[in-house]
Amino acid sequence: MYTIRHFLRPDSLEEAYQTLLHARNNTVLGGCMWLRLGKRAIGTAIDLSSLGLDQITDTGDCIEIGAMVTLRQLETSGLLQQYFGALFCDAVSGIVGTQFRNTATVGGSIYGRFGFSDVLTAFLALPTQIKTCRHGILPLEEFASLPYEKDIVECLILPKQAVTCSYQHIRFQATDFPILACAVGMQADNTYRIAVGARPARACVAYVGTAPDPDVIAESLPYADNMRASAAYRRQVCPVLIRRALEEVQICK
Amino acid sequence: MQVTITINGKKYTRLIEPDMTLYSFVRDCGCYSVKCGCETTNCGLCTVWMDGKPVLSCSVLAARAEGHTITTLEGVQADAKVFTDFLTAEGAEQCGFCSPGFIMNVLAMKRELAHPTEAEIKQFLSGNLCRCTGYTSQMRAIRRYLEVEP
Repeated sequence: MYTIRHFLRPDSLEEAYQTLLHARNNTVLGGCMWLRLGKRAIGTAIDLSSLGLDQITDTGDCIEIGAMVTLRQLETSGLLQQYFGALFCDAVSGIVGTQFRNTATVGGSIYGRFGFSDVLTAFLALPTQIKTCRHGILPLEEFASLPYEKDIVECLILPKQAVTCSYQHIRFQATDFPILACAVGMQADNTYRIAVGARPARACVAYVGTAPDPDVIAESLPYADNMRASAAYRRQVCPVLIRRALEEVQICK
Repeated sequence: MQVTITINGKKYTRLIEPDMTLYSFVRDCGCYSVKCGCETTNCGLCTVWMDGKPVLSCSVLAARAEGHTITTLEGVQADAKVFTDFLTAEGAEQCGFCSPGFIMNVLAMKRELAHPTEAEIKQFLSGNLCRCTGYTSQMRAIRRYLEVEP
């Protein structure tokens, strides 16, 4: 569990960012789901609830997903389903339970860049950009590879173009962390983006192109052992998940 | 810090520590149906509604609930009574420890999903663990409840 000395609900993102930079133990609160599993002494806890970041917004040519949007909002958004099918529903519906997903936030999941993250894997299959206080706007795959820094995720930006998607994962049981996860997005020009997560390292974009070969892609990725599976097992499973995802997007096309 | 939270239609103003959870707050306000089970956001025992949506009160800071409306089992007793009659009839309760959180989430599901399929019911309730029933009798009770009280 964590302790908090001060609680701040800032009026602006700038105020939040300056407070975050002010002391080493100042922390931004996402959904607080994973935060509570650690042991931390937080100086000032910064709550972004009043900054209007809890909306999925159609801006004309883009879809902006605020950092405080919950995983449940991702799961049930008609706008996201219209453009990306069941990608987000499939990706997050296995995460614990409805109550959990009503609280866990997109910003917390993406900033955390957890190796087991279904959310990060799904977003990497799309040409997603991320807007943060420190870096401005940058591609999500670039952000995903950065080390942890004092930063605040403001929103994710998706181009408003329909992408045929598939999300595949393997778990020991429902609601557990994935042993391996794979998301494929096929754009209108037949360009595939393939993301693989829970290797168990952070999710990454494994392939962008028009002629994906599951075996070659799976072989190009590094894997590791953890308590859920060995690197060798993941290497065996990866091409299977990629193949299934490719078959599904071709059927859905 | 001082917060004001509406619980079951009544406003409670308290001086709290910034790291107090909503779970502790509602218990301090006399809502003893809310229980803490796993403390790792898995079991669903501490489920309450925040602005009508089910959340895990063990993971929500009371400071964050400032200005929001919280509902616990004490606030939906009439609806809960209807559902618990089905639980009883189907033998879907043994120790009863998980029941408050489970009932809150079933009622939330009924408000949110019009005619849920079996798969949708299972998915919605996947965050409520019960170590007695094996879920089969609970599923029977839910199906009968939704048939009779659509």
